[in-house]
Amino acid sequence: MVTGVSRDAGARCARRLAADPSIDTVIGIDVVPPRAELGRVRFVRADIRNPVIAKVIAGEGVDTVVHTGVVATPGSAGGRSSMKEINVIGTMQLLAACQKAPGVSKLVVKSSTTVYGAGPRDPAMFTEEMAPRAIHQTGLSKDAVEVEGYVRGFARRRPDVCVTTLRMANWIGPQTDSPITRYFAMPVIPTVFGFDARLQFLHESDGVEAIHHATVQDRPGTFNLAGDGILMLSQAIRRLGRPALRLPSFTAASTAVVVRRARLADFSPDQITFLTYGRAVDTARMRTEFGFEPAYTTAQAFDDFRAKLGTGAVTATARLLKGALRG
Amino acid sequence: MADADVIPIGSGGRPGRGTGRRTTPSAAARALAGTPRKKSSRKAADNPGPVKEEAVPTAGVDEVGADAVPGGMDFAGFERLVRDTFGAEGERKVAEWLAFLRRRLTGEYEVDEFGYDAELTDQVLLSVLRPLAEKWFRVEVRGVENIPDTGGALIVANHSGTMPLDGLVTQLIIADHAHRPLRTLAADLVFQTPFVGELARKGGATMASNDDAERLLSRGNLVGVWPEGFKGIGKPFSERYKLQRFGRGGFVSAAMRTGVPIVPCSIVGAEEIYPLVGNIASLARLLGVPYIPITPFFPLLGPLGLIPLPSKWLIEFGEPIRTDDFPEGAADDPMLVFNVTDQVRETIQQTLYALLMQRRSVFF
Repeated sequence: MVTGVSRDAGARCARRLAADPSIDTVIGIDVVPPRAELGRVRFVRADIRNPVIAKVIAGEGVDTVVHTGVVATPGSAGGRSSMKEINVIGTMQLLAACQKAPGVSKLVVKSSTTVYGAGPRDPAMFTEEMAPRAIHQTGLSKDAVEVEGYVRGFARRRPDVCVTTLRMANWIGPQTDSPITRYFAMPVIPTVFGFDARLQFLHESDGVEAIHHATVQDRPGTFNLAGDGILMLSQAIRRLGRPALRLPSFTAASTAVVVRRARLADFSPDQITFLTYGRAVDTARMRTEFGFEPAYTTAQAFDDFRAKLGTGAVTATARLLKGALRG
Repeated sequence: MADADVIPIGSGGRPGRGTGRRTTPSAAARALAGTPRKKSSRKAADNPGPVKEEAVPTAGVDEVGADAVPGGMDFAGFERLVRDTFGAEGERKVAEWLAFLRRRLTGEYEVDEFGYDAELTDQVLLSVLRPLAEKWFRVEVRGVENIPDTGGALIVANHSGTMPLDGLVTQLIIADHAHRPLRTLAADLVFQTPFVGELARKGGATMASNDDAERLLSRGNLVGVWPEGFKGIGKPFSERYKLQRFGRGGFVSAAMRTGVPIVPCSIVGAEEIYPLVGNIASLARLLGVPYIPITPFFPLLGPLGLIPLPSKWLIEFGEPIRTDDFPEGAADDPMLVFNVTDQVRETIQQTLYALLMQRRSVFF
C-alpha cells in the first residue's frame, strides 16, 4: 500500500512498485484521485487522517506500507494548518492503523533531510545519529521531525515490523515539482546577501529506486539519501545561467510573500534558512547498510533538471552578445 | 587578386562579391597577406590606437583565412594585443585567467562537501593575501619540514591580533611552503556573519567541532586549529604572548581518535598588528560579538585604523607529537587528554619565548 499517490512522487513510487513482478498488488491511497496514470496500481480513495484507513489495511490484507504522504508545501495542501493535519495527524492515524494490523510486516517512510534543520552552527555533514542544531518551529522540518518521532514510537511498539526511514535530500529532476524546483525556475532568483548555501540533491529516479529498494529488501533503520558531492547555491544559479538577486536577510520574509503572491514559488521560513545556510548529509550508511548506490551525483541530477528548464536570461544574453560581436 | 577583396566585418565574414559561401582566400592571397601582418602587429605594439584601423582590412582577410571562422577576428585581434603587451608567457597567463573566469561564471567548478572551493582559494583568496604576508608582515618561516607531506595532521597554533589574520597567514604559508591546503576550524560566529562565513567556507574553514575536525582528519587533510579562540585573539595588549586556556582539549581528542600527529605552531608578530587597549563591552553585548576593540588607531582614525601595523612575523612549526601510539580509548580519558593539551601548550609557549628573544624589534 502506498500513501499519497495523487502527488507526483507518490504516483511514481507506486508505478515503480507495480512494475515489479515480485509484488502482487499495489494499492494507492489518497484523498483526491490521482491525475497521473497509475497503471497496475489499484487506487483506493481514503483519507489517512481518518480511522477508516484501518479497515482498508485489514480488508486488503496489506503487508507493506509505504508512506510518501508527507506534504512539503502548504499551498498544495490548502494552507499550513491543513498541511500539518495531513503530515502529523495523518501519520499518527496511519501508524495507529498499522499497529492494530497484525499482517503489516514492513513500513517504509519517505522522510526528508529537513529533520536536521539548517543553521550556522551545523556541522559540515550530518550523520544519522546527529541531533539537529537549529530547527524551525514551523513548516516541513518541524512536521518531518514529528513524523519521525511517531515512526520511532511505532517501531518500539511493534518490534516485529521492519521500519525503514529514508531521509532524502531535495528531489530534483525534469518531472519534480517542488518548492526548490520552482525556486530555480524563477526568471530572477533571489538569494540571501552574504551567504551561500551548500546544497545536495537526489535525482527523482534515484528517489523512486530507493523506495523500491527499501520495499523489496529488509533494511531496517534510518538512512540519509543524497547524490554525491554538493553544489553551492551561487554555483547552481550560475549553471542555470539565470541572474541572481542578492537581498539582505531581513527582506527574505517579505520577498517570500511577494514570490508567493506572484505564484512563482512557495517558501516557508525553514526553506529560507535552508537556502541561507544549506545542509549536507553523510551518505556512508546509504552504501554500507542500506546497499543503495544513486545513479546520479548531485551535479548530474542538477544538470538533468537544467536541461528541462532551458536557458536562463544570462546565458541567453551572453549568446546574443556573442552573436552581436560576431555580426 | 580577386579573392583578396576586403571582407566587411559586419557581414559574418562573407565577401561582398562571389558565391557568398567561400570564406577561405586563395593561397596567393594568404601569401600576400602574410607579410603585412607582421608589420602591422609590430606597429600595433608601438601605437595600438590609430594603426589598428588601417590594419584591420588586411588582417581581416588573413585571420579569416587562417581560422576559417567567420568573426574569429575580434578574438584574434585581442589575442594579438595581449601577446604584444604581455609577451608569450603573459599570453598564457591571460588565457588561463580567461578560462578561470569562464569556469567561474558558468559554475563549472568543484566544491567539496565542506564548501571548500580549491580553485577560488588558490587563484583569488591566497593571491590577495600573498602581498600582505610577504611584503607587509615579511613572514619568516621555520620548521616547515615538520609538516608531514602526506596524511592527516593537526596544526595547533597560538591565536592573537584582534582580527584572525594569523589564521589566514598560516594558511597561505602552508600552501606556499608545504604545498598543501590547510583546512581551518573556525568559531560559529564566523559562519553567522554574512560574507565572512561564505568566504570562510569557500576558503576551507569549517565549524570548530569534533565532528568536522575528525571528518577532515580521517580523510587525510591538514587541519589548522587555534584552541585559544576568542580568549586568545581578544586579549589585551598587556597580556601579549601569554597563552590562554586551550579550550576543552577537544582538538587533542580529535587527533587521538584519528591517530594523526599534532604539529605545534608558534606565531610571533601577530600580537602587534592591532594592539588591543580597550573594549566597548556594552556595544559588544548589544551586537552579540565577543568584543569591540579599541586600538590606538581604531576607532580614532576610522577606516584608516583598520590597517594592520607592519610588524615582523616569525612562524615556527615544532616537532610533531604523535598520537597513534596511545592505547585504544585514550581519547575518552580526560586526564590523558588534558596532559597532552598541556604538553602542546607548553611547547608553543616555550617556542614563543625563544622566538621573542631572537626577534630584534617588533617591526624589523
